[in-house]
Amino acid sequence: MTTEIVASPEGVGVGTTPPTPVLQAQSVSKQFPGVLALDAVDFELRAGEVHVLFGENGAGKSTLIQMLAGVHRASEGSIRFRGEAIELLGVHHARTLGISAVFQEFSLVPTLTIEENLFLGAELTRHGFLDKSELHRRADGILKELGFPLRPRQRVQDLSRAEQQMVEIAKAFRTELSVLILDEPTASLTDREAERLFAMIEQAKSRGVGIVYVTHRMNEIYRLGDRVTVLRDGKRVATLDVADADDERLLQLMTGRVISQVFPKIDYRPGRTLLEISQLTTVDRAARDLSLVVRAGEVVGLAGLVGSGKSVVGRACFGLERIASGRVIFDGRDVTGRTARAMLDLGAFYLPPDRREEGLVMMRSVRENVSLPWLGARPFTRFGFLDRNSERSKVRDLAGRLNLQPPNIEHDLERLSGGNQQKVLLAKGLVSAVKLFILDEPTVGVDVGTRVAIYGFIRDLCEGGAGILLISSDLPEILHLTNRTYVMYRGDMRAQLEGAEITQDRVLANFFERTRA
Amino acid sequence: MDRKETQHRFDYGSALQRLFVRIGVLPFLLVIALAVFGALSDRFLTAENLITVARQATYLAIVAMGQMLALLTGGFDLSVGKIVAITSVITALTMAPLAAAHPDATAITLTLGILAGVGAGTLVGVVNGIGVAVFNVSPFMMTLGTAAISFGIALTLTSGVPVYGVPDAFGTIFSFARIFDIPSPVYVTAGLFVAMYILLNRTRMGRYFYAVGGNLKASRLSGINTRFYLFMAYVLCGALAAVAGALLTARLETGEANIGASMPLDSIAACVIGGVSLRGGIGHVGNVVLGAIFIGLMQNGMDLAQIQSYLQEVVIGVLLILAVIADQLRQFVMLRLKD
Repeated sequence: MTTEIVASPEGVGVGTTPPTPVLQAQSVSKQFPGVLALDAVDFELRAGEVHVLFGENGAGKSTLIQMLAGVHRASEGSIRFRGEAIELLGVHHARTLGISAVFQEFSLVPTLTIEENLFLGAELTRHGFLDKSELHRRADGILKELGFPLRPRQRVQDLSRAEQQMVEIAKAFRTELSVLILDEPTASLTDREAERLFAMIEQAKSRGVGIVYVTHRMNEIYRLGDRVTVLRDGKRVATLDVADADDERLLQLMTGRVISQVFPKIDYRPGRTLLEISQLTTVDRAARDLSLVVRAGEVVGLAGLVGSGKSVVGRACFGLERIASGRVIFDGRDVTGRTARAMLDLGAFYLPPDRREEGLVMMRSVRENVSLPWLGARPFTRFGFLDRNSERSKVRDLAGRLNLQPPNIEHDLERLSGGNQQKVLLAKGLVSAVKLFILDEPTVGVDVGTRVAIYGFIRDLCEGGAGILLISSDLPEILHLTNRTYVMYRGDMRAQLEGAEITQDRVLANFFERTRA
Repeated sequence: MDRKETQHRFDYGSALQRLFVRIGVLPFLLVIALAVFGALSDRFLTAENLITVARQATYLAIVAMGQMLALLTGGFDLSVGKIVAITSVITALTMAPLAAAHPDATAITLTLGILAGVGAGTLVGVVNGIGVAVFNVSPFMMTLGTAAISFGIALTLTSGVPVYGVPDAFGTIFSFARIFDIPSPVYVTAGLFVAMYILLNRTRMGRYFYAVGGNLKASRLSGINTRFYLFMAYVLCGALAAVAGALLTARLETGEANIGASMPLDSIAACVIGGVSLRGGIGHVGNVVLGAIFIGLMQNGMDLAQIQSYLQEVVIGVLLILAVIADQLRQFVMLRLKD
């Protein structure tokens, strides 16, 4: 083994015939319980190119790169490496072939040093003992070669997130590297750190490494990409040269649907103010000096990317986020820092963005999940005991209204599809008379049918006089469902748009970093 | 899969798998145990012996019902054995001087003794609950710590020797009395079982135990005071262990600091064999009681088969591990049957 960073031999000079792709996925599908995450997707990566994967949340980007990196195996289809069909047995196996991935979740041991992490699982030994000096020499060599300003004997836990990412990348270069997969690598980097990353990518590219680059950010596509593949709902929509791409084309490919069939027409009748947030700043400063108003009878959008701070709003209203300054007024009452119980009792409902993590008790039944926030009151509790008959009939009613499939309310949630799980989560807010719905990514990872159903409910609720705050990174949702929209970017409120002002261009101008367009 | 093929002949393998997924491993174990011990000993399947099993299993059944609450919320309680011990010591230490001073006031002596003992045991549960729910100490360290504290106190109070002088009526009423041939502690256990069944299936508190253990964050967002219910799980667990401790004291007619040592293992085993998930959120109280009865059956059967008690420990340990493996297998089969 050598520490020298070796370029893959072929494919650097682009000739008249297209070079053999270094990595190729042929019609790969991935079936998870209840979800077809990838549906016959073709993908190819040439040596020395940056191939960007672009798409909405849940479009299948993560699944595809996890498959290419050996985390998951394809349910159907094949993966070819340098023209040969291979079966990746795991991340370690992929790595020995020269395919390395840097995911958003790092695989570093925080208590070990950089050099120990770099060679974890491939320790250098002499006479059966660790050869620490050789390890140090080689680790130092890799870091110098890549130009990372890190000392090999620093502990990983003392590093910043950007530095930890450098360690992850350096780990990929430990062996002869052919394919580097980067999953939203700039998500938590400062601009300066990002510049350094881009320089490293250019360098790797010139050595003939093929790079799969997942991003949400349009300017990175133009800056780094050679080709871009757009995924939507688990399918490949298009692959095009970056030179031919522009914002409009990419967004159309990313979101393209027959819009009129998906989004209902909502009759907004804004009434009294239900929720008023003024100059809210959280302790962790994920949101700063934030103000917004939601009235009865309207759907207010809160747009922004993951990490823009938009999720903080719902969490802060439900006592999940510590508030440093500012006030939350609900229905004329100061409710700053109140608990979820108090907010529910006052008539507000919060739908969290991650249903498995914070929304549902997965191993319990539909019935128990739906009634959970409301067990304390009639009709569920009578004389101190649960009235299971009225619980059953109430939940069965809701299951019918939401067209839950299968309609059996005694099934535990693990057995439902993602879309139906999301319906159960929504049903929790329909049990009682709720005045304000804070819906955070209500359609994440659900099929189009469920989307339509959920949008229908948003319309019904709004027209029934409820106020709705729709927090979403799904652009079409914001464009077609809201009558007013706030846009956040990295913790700050960037814009407030109303009615006809809510256009793709104007939202996007604040959604992403400013790009050529 | 080819549907027609499977319709023609009954597929015993997959039918067995389905049954296994639905009811778990316990019924299989019970049937096997009854068959094996029934074959090994003529006395095993007699009414008298089965009543003995029921009586022997009561203490474990009560402790296991408490343990179940801790497990449902995603934790466990390693201090149940020492709660039994300290309850026994305090009960006897309260009764003995009272009985000596007022030999005629037996009813008051018994009442005060039981209240003091059960109160002391419950107090350990309260401390566990505060540690776990308020200070976020891991249940492992918290209950291990209180186990050491309780044991130390029990030994200090008694200098390690049994406490005599408990009124005879205590043992007579709470251990040896029989109504319709059934020993009195069995009635106590049955009563507690009914109460637990109602608690878990018909009250908000029971529902919240499942929810908090199943997903703490979702429960909090649903407006549940998760700290309070975590706290209550350990309090009730302590209280049930304490009741078992008092009943055991009646059985032994002395207060002992050294009893209950196998309770943490046995009670967790009873729960896990009865299908309670170690990850929290899943379990039926009826199956937990069956799990306790199964362990009682095993011990009794091995006694009759003259397997020495040291080896019996080995068997219980093996069964516990097998039950956990069977649970994993069940998850696996469940996923496979789903497609």
